[in-house]
Amino acid sequence: MEPVLSRVLIIDLSTKTYRIKDRNPLFSERLGGAGVAIRLLNEFCPPAADPLGPENPIILAIGTLTALFPLASKCVAMFKSPLTGNLGESHAGGRTAVTMRMAEYGAIVITGRSEKPVYLSITSTEVSFHDARTLWGMARGDTVARVIRSFEGIPGNRTILRIGRAGERMVRYAAVTTETYRHFGRMGLGAVFGSKHLKAVVISGEGSIPVTDGKQYRALYDRLFDQVTKSPLMKKYHDIGTPNNILPLMALGSLPTKNLTASKLENGENLSGEEFASRFLSRRVACSHCPVSCIHIAQIRTPYPHDPYFFKTTPVCYDYELIYALGFMVGVSDP
Amino acid sequence: MSTHRLAVIDMDRCVGCQSCMFACNRRHGSGGLARTAIHISSVGGIERGFSVRVCRACRDPPCADACPNTALLKREGGGVKLNPKLCTGCKSCIDACLIQAVSWDTEKNLLIICIYCGICAKYCPYQVIELQDIKTVI
Repeated sequence: MEPVLSRVLIIDLSTKTYRIKDRNPLFSERLGGAGVAIRLLNEFCPPAADPLGPENPIILAIGTLTALFPLASKCVAMFKSPLTGNLGESHAGGRTAVTMRMAEYGAIVITGRSEKPVYLSITSTEVSFHDARTLWGMARGDTVARVIRSFEGIPGNRTILRIGRAGERMVRYAAVTTETYRHFGRMGLGAVFGSKHLKAVVISGEGSIPVTDGKQYRALYDRLFDQVTKSPLMKKYHDIGTPNNILPLMALGSLPTKNLTASKLENGENLSGEEFASRFLSRRVACSHCPVSCIHIAQIRTPYPHDPYFFKTTPVCYDYELIYALGFMVGVSDP
Repeated sequence: MSTHRLAVIDMDRCVGCQSCMFACNRRHGSGGLARTAIHISSVGGIERGFSVRVCRACRDPPCADACPNTALLKREGGGVKLNPKLCTGCKSCIDACLIQAVSWDTEKNLLIICIYCGICAKYCPYQVIELQDIKTVI
């Protein structure tokens, strides 16, 4: 594998074709991530493009440090937003960024529209287009991932981006889910997937990245690794997680409440990160190459009303954003 | 000869960060994952937790018996040592390992055998795996 990012994969869903371009100068100048993605959006998205039209491209891009150093685990998606009609930028963790790097792509561009539902399987050398009609309309996203997983990729070294029914129906703020608990949540990327009849994208790869000076590389890695695992720097995300913000923001009276009509919610402390941790937290999970493990998963045990001694246990991933949006904004203080 | 082996202490503490995999690959002075001898993957989706695939240093290792060219030497106390010069890449050892702990570097077309160095355990922030002295555990 080349030591620096340079390959861009361009996929056309209308013609079911793809090509791999060497764009080394682009990555040299913009490094990667949002800088590269915005340039590619400028190239591929025509002025006055309909956000839900085939001409709106989906750009995925990663940064230079991904798969080399810990915490560089985010992938950026850039597109024209069906929600605002303006720039759509959305970031997600999971395993998307690392697997893109392991498949040796700095960026992936998806254009056009498939006539029928498809999912894409991407490796370092090829893209295959698969019939996804059977998966279209499926209620549970984890089922979609399970089905795809049984055919595609390398266990542990793959990512599965997928949309649900909202994306299929082009709800303008629909999300794209990756690795069940991480999402391209903002600006309606899910609707853009849906408009292209793109149900899912699986990427897998397991390359290695040469470095000029292995000794220095390891020394710098260790410095970063120690900082994020042994110092208090990431403690907030590691311990309570992003809901750590709830109590301080409540104290400041700056938590958006009741659809922005209030700044205080009675019994709002029931929704604090500390309360969630003590009552519901069951597991913690991490994105690939991030030892912090800020993903907090609650277990909710629900009895079936007409069937005694029969329970459903549901894992629910929670974060500050969900608690404020579905708790404080709606005016619900009972978790 | 090393007298250590890796042991999985508590898989329920694994968060799936894969720091162990990157650490193993870094031994060779490169980033990425092509040369890791340890593998973390989900047990049927991340919502179900994780499993680790790594050599457990069998006392009587089937991989060594499967090698037609004596590239894998049985180690005293368990596990194997690879003589890369004798490996022809037939992958019989991979087929013989029930837990899929023998890996293949698809970039360099080389066999990957755990050397029980414990670098993976050193980089596990959650004490999921541990390097143990064979003499004290058996």
